[in-house]
Amino acid sequence: MGMTIAEKILAKKGGQAKVVPGDVVTVEVDTLILFDNNFMPSIWREILKLYDPSRIVVTLDHRVPAPNQQAAAAHATCRAFVKRFGIKRFHDVGHDQGIGHQLVADHGYALPGTVLLCSDSHTCSAGVFNCLARGVGAPDVMYAATKGTTWYRCGETVRYELEGKLPDAVTAKDAFLQIAGVHGAHATQNVEYGGPGMANLSINARKTLTTMSAELSAEFATFEADETMLAWIRERNPTAKLEPVHPDKDAKYFAVRKVDLGSLEPLVALPDTVVNNSHPVKAAAGTRIDQAYVGSCANGTLEDLELAARVVKGRRVAAGTRFIVTPASAMVYRDAVRSGAMQTLVDAGAMIAPPTCGACGGGHMGVLSDNEVCITSSTRNFKGRMGEPSSKVYMGSPATVAASAIRGVITDPREFLN
Amino acid sequence: MKFKAKVWKVGDNINTDLILPITVFYETPEKQARMVFSANRPGWVDQVQKGDILIGGKNFGMGSSRPAARSLKNVGLSCVIAHSLNGLFYRNCVNFAFPGLECPGVDQAFEEGDIAEVDFEAAVVRNVTRNVTLNGRPTPPRLLDLLKAGGIYPLLEKEGLIAPKG
Repeated sequence: MGMTIAEKILAKKGGQAKVVPGDVVTVEVDTLILFDNNFMPSIWREILKLYDPSRIVVTLDHRVPAPNQQAAAAHATCRAFVKRFGIKRFHDVGHDQGIGHQLVADHGYALPGTVLLCSDSHTCSAGVFNCLARGVGAPDVMYAATKGTTWYRCGETVRYELEGKLPDAVTAKDAFLQIAGVHGAHATQNVEYGGPGMANLSINARKTLTTMSAELSAEFATFEADETMLAWIRERNPTAKLEPVHPDKDAKYFAVRKVDLGSLEPLVALPDTVVNNSHPVKAAAGTRIDQAYVGSCANGTLEDLELAARVVKGRRVAAGTRFIVTPASAMVYRDAVRSGAMQTLVDAGAMIAPPTCGACGGGHMGVLSDNEVCITSSTRNFKGRMGEPSSKVYMGSPATVAASAIRGVITDPREFLN
Repeated sequence: MKFKAKVWKVGDNINTDLILPITVFYETPEKQARMVFSANRPGWVDQVQKGDILIGGKNFGMGSSRPAARSLKNVGLSCVIAHSLNGLFYRNCVNFAFPGLECPGVDQAFEEGDIAEVDFEAAVVRNVTRNVTLNGRPTPPRLLDLLKAGGIYPLLEKEGLIAPKG
């Protein structure tokens, strides 16, 4: 019996001929990302030796610019660490800043068939590049940084066969909400995306699916490799050696499920939990909102900002509603300025936050007060995720969020885009 | 590692924001532990007796990489047993030496307040109150060794790779 993508990369990087579900495998870590939260006083432990500084990427992303003294202190600890070990791939606040998972895409850091590790739960984002990537704990990062390896417990794999093409105003976020709504949590399982429909999804759209797979509690989320993906990396990281891993024809899956992209419609997740909680936008339409948020590692790309801009073009954000847009990286920010999307968004009354995780985690740049209602295109709608536990967070696509910002109530985006 | 104590029960999809809310992100681990389930079960941390056992449903610990397992340990719980555990939460159980066990059906086999007897290494969970025994997924040997040795930090300290806690 053959192996899935995740099993094959585990075998390759673990120096084993075969890996099956249930195995615990020690693998070499090719790329390791540290970010500002690793350096927070309640988490940071001083590293004395590094296994290989050239494998490390460091970014300040969760709280930039520093919103308070504690974050500022973490940033200072981070900069001292970078200096001490001479780490070259450092994304300090400013020209090169961004959410780590977006930087991975911007710079082609995640290579097919390799292992990438970071202690942010949305690290599975890099699976879009056929890379074995997942979020781990902060101690795992310390272990990988000092010893060069980590362990993974191999789970069974669920394969999603994408078919067809998304209709106008329907996005990969809606495709994710469809999967999460119907199939719920995938705890202890990997997810693998492929099928003829992937050709109709951009890298940014595919990245929404892999990033959001953290919300399925998936172990690893990996896309099949194709020329579109390989060309993306070559353009950004020309000297990288590309060795994509394809699933075996007789790979054993826990399940193979078809997703007909053409049949989807705009969806929202209702507040407090992501899985088993998706509904057509009309189920929540008319709900008054205080805040609308486009951003995060899941939906802060140029494509997301341009989609939001198309929706709000020539319109104004509703009185009493705050529309916050957070480009996922400084590169995305600059691209959106050049493309005109930023002008359109600002003209409509959007507030543009600097590239940061920001409001997604309730840390800063859009924290919710008691009983406030938000619709977000970010990663989570958990109780208290974006502020007070009494606040309510709905989750939808950037198009749905932008349409809702204009009306001040949750709104189906199709009337704005058709 | 064997435990016998009263159980507390929570439902499916318990997430890390409920266990370790962002409002105490900058606080000490001890203060963070005071806030476990403050949004969904205020006052619970004061009712927990040292050694009590937490029982969860499906997908316990979904969400972020924050050290939620450390908070549960600091509350005084001896272990968490759930129908299924989120993989990242499971890692942090090993990392912070807090026993976490997957045991399908455990949430159906217990009512809150029942007494559980747990043989963690054998992955056997017995409801003493109702006289029901379940078998969980044993912890792989190398992860068990890491957990019993106190998790990752003591190991890295011993090897001189990280500085002792200042």
